[in-house]
Amino acid sequence: MSTATLTPAPAASGRSTAVRDSLTMLRRNIKHMQRYPAMTISIIVMPLLFLLLFVYVFGGAIGTGTLGPGTTRDDYINYLVPGIIVMTAASGAVATAVSVCTDKTEGIINRFRTMSISRGAMLSGHVLGSTIQVTAVLVLITGLAVAIGFRPDASVVEWLAAAGLLVFLALGLSWLCAGMGMNAKTVESASNGPLPLTLLPLMGSAVVDPDSMPSGLRWFAEYQPFTPINETVRGLLMGGEIGNNGWIALAWCAGLSLFGYWWALRAYNKTVKR
Amino acid sequence: MSTSTTAPAAITALGLRKSYGDKVVLDGIDLTIPKGSIFALLGPNGAGKTTTVEILSTLIAADSGKAQIAGYDMVEQAERVRKSIGVTGQFSAVDNLLTAEENLMLMADLNHLPKAEGRRRTADLLERFDLTEAAKKTAATFSGGMRRKLDLAMTLVAAPGIIFLDEPTTGLDPRSRRIMWDLIRDLVRQGTTIFLTTQYLEEADQLADNIALLDHGKLIAEGTADELKRLIPGGHVRLQFADAAQLAAAASVFGVATSDEESLTLQIPSDGSTTNLRAILDVLDTTEVHAESLTVHTPDLDDVFLTLTGRPKTDDPAHLPHQPKESAR
Repeated sequence: MSTATLTPAPAASGRSTAVRDSLTMLRRNIKHMQRYPAMTISIIVMPLLFLLLFVYVFGGAIGTGTLGPGTTRDDYINYLVPGIIVMTAASGAVATAVSVCTDKTEGIINRFRTMSISRGAMLSGHVLGSTIQVTAVLVLITGLAVAIGFRPDASVVEWLAAAGLLVFLALGLSWLCAGMGMNAKTVESASNGPLPLTLLPLMGSAVVDPDSMPSGLRWFAEYQPFTPINETVRGLLMGGEIGNNGWIALAWCAGLSLFGYWWALRAYNKTVKR
Repeated sequence: MSTSTTAPAAITALGLRKSYGDKVVLDGIDLTIPKGSIFALLGPNGAGKTTTVEILSTLIAADSGKAQIAGYDMVEQAERVRKSIGVTGQFSAVDNLLTAEENLMLMADLNHLPKAEGRRRTADLLERFDLTEAAKKTAATFSGGMRRKLDLAMTLVAAPGIIFLDEPTTGLDPRSRRIMWDLIRDLVRQGTTIFLTTQYLEEADQLADNIALLDHGKLIAEGTADELKRLIPGGHVRLQFADAAQLAAAASVFGVATSDEESLTLQIPSDGSTTNLRAILDVLDTTEVHAESLTVHTPDLDDVFLTLTGRPKTDDPAHLPHQPKESAR
C-alpha cells in the first residue's frame, strides 16, 4: 500500500544525472563569484603585482643575469610572461580550497549529502567554476602582458596548445585544492594550504633560469612539476626546445587531477560534522 | 492519542549502536514510527539525538543495527532513502550567497523538477513561509528565525514523505518558535511523517504524537505525552501562607498534606480539576485560614525526565540534586 507522495523524477541514468547535477552546482558557484567578487579580484592582483614587479623593478637587473649581457627589459618580458601565466593558473586554484571548505563548514554539505545527488557534483561544480574563473583571469593577464610589451611568437595551434595545457593545469590544481578544502578543518587553514602552490613556480624556471641557482635548489627546480609546465608554455609561446617537457607536463596535470578527485571525494563521503 | 497503531511504519530501527572511540553514543536504539505521525526524540545535550538523525538520514553509518526508512534499507538502499526524506539539521544549511528564491530553486534543480514546477513550488513556499518580501535578498542578511524557515522550506521543495528536524527551534525567539510549530503541524496534516529531536519538553509535549526519552544513548521511556506523565506521581496544589500559625492551622485541617515550615507552604495532592480546587477553597473559607497565594502544579515532562533519570534535564553538574541511581557505565 503506497501513499502517494509528491516525490518527483524517476531516476535518470547515472551519467546524465551526474552531468546535470554538476551543471546545477556550477551555476551556483558562478553566482557566488558574482556576489563575492573580492575572491576574483584577489586572484587577479597577485600575478599582476608579480608581473609589474619583475618587469619594472627587477627586470633590468635580472634580465642581464638570466639571459646574458646585452639583453634588454623587452627580452626579459618575453622570458618572464610565460612564467607569470603559469603562476596565474596556480594562484587561481587557491579559491577552490576556500569555497569548498566554506561549504563544508557552513553545513550545506550535509544537506547535499542527505539528498539524492550525484556524489561528485558539488565538488565538480566548484572545480569547473574555478577553472572558468582562472581561464578568464589568464586571458586578462596575457592581454595586459601584451600591452606592456610581451611579443609571443606562436602559431594559432601553439596558442591553443598552450591554452589547453594551462586550463588542464588549472583543473588539476583545482581538484588538488578541492581535496585540501575538504580535508581542512577551518576556512583559514584551507586558504593557507595552497599558498606554497602559488610560490612554487618561483622555485623553478618562472622568473629566472634555474641554472643560476645553488645546486640543491637547482635539483629541486628541475624535478618539481611547474618547471616542465613552464618550459612547455614558454616553448609553445616563444618557440624553442620543449622536448619531453610536454609529456611530463601533461602527466603532472593528469596526476594532480586524479589524486585531487580521489582525495576530495573520499572526504566528501566521510564528512559529517560542521 | 489519535495515531492508530495499525498504520504502516515510516521508520523502524532495531538495535542501532554507535561509538566514537571509547565513547558509546548510541547503545541499542529501537524505534517504530507510524506513517503520518510526529515523533519526538527528547533528551539533553549529548544524549545522542543528532547521531540518531545522522544515522537514519544516511549521513553516517551505524556500527551495528538495522533500519528501514520509507520501506527501504538505510544501508542497502541509501539512495532510495535519500529520495524519500528531507533533513533540516541543527545548523542551518542554506547558501548564504544566494537569495531565498535562488536557494529554493537550487533545491528544485537538484531534485530534477521541471523548471516551471520548480518555480511554482518556490513561489508557493515563499508565500507559505512568509518569505516573499525577502525572496530577492541573500540569506546572509537573514535573522535566525528567517534562516530556519528558509532551511525548512528548502527541505520541503522535494515534498518528502518523511522529514527529520534536528532541534528545529533551538536558539529561536518565542515568536519564531510558535511559527515553526504551526508550520510543522501543517505538514503533518498533509500526511508527512516527522522525526523531531528537541531538548525542550514543552516542544515535545506540544507537537508529538509519540515521545521517546533518550539519555546517554539509551531510550529510557517511550509513549504519548499523557502516558509518560502517568509514569510520575500526580500533581498538587501549593498554598502559600503569611506566617507559621496560619500554616499550622491549615495543615491541621488538610489531613494528607505536606507542610514546609521554611517556605511557609503546604502541598496538597490534587488532580488539578475545578471540583477539587473548589473543595480546597471551601475548606479554607470555613476554617477562616487565609492563604496568600495558590498555585496548581500539574506534572509535566520535566517531572518525567527528573523521575526517570534522577536529575534535571540540564546536564550541568552544578544543578544535580543527587546522582542517578543506576550505576554509571
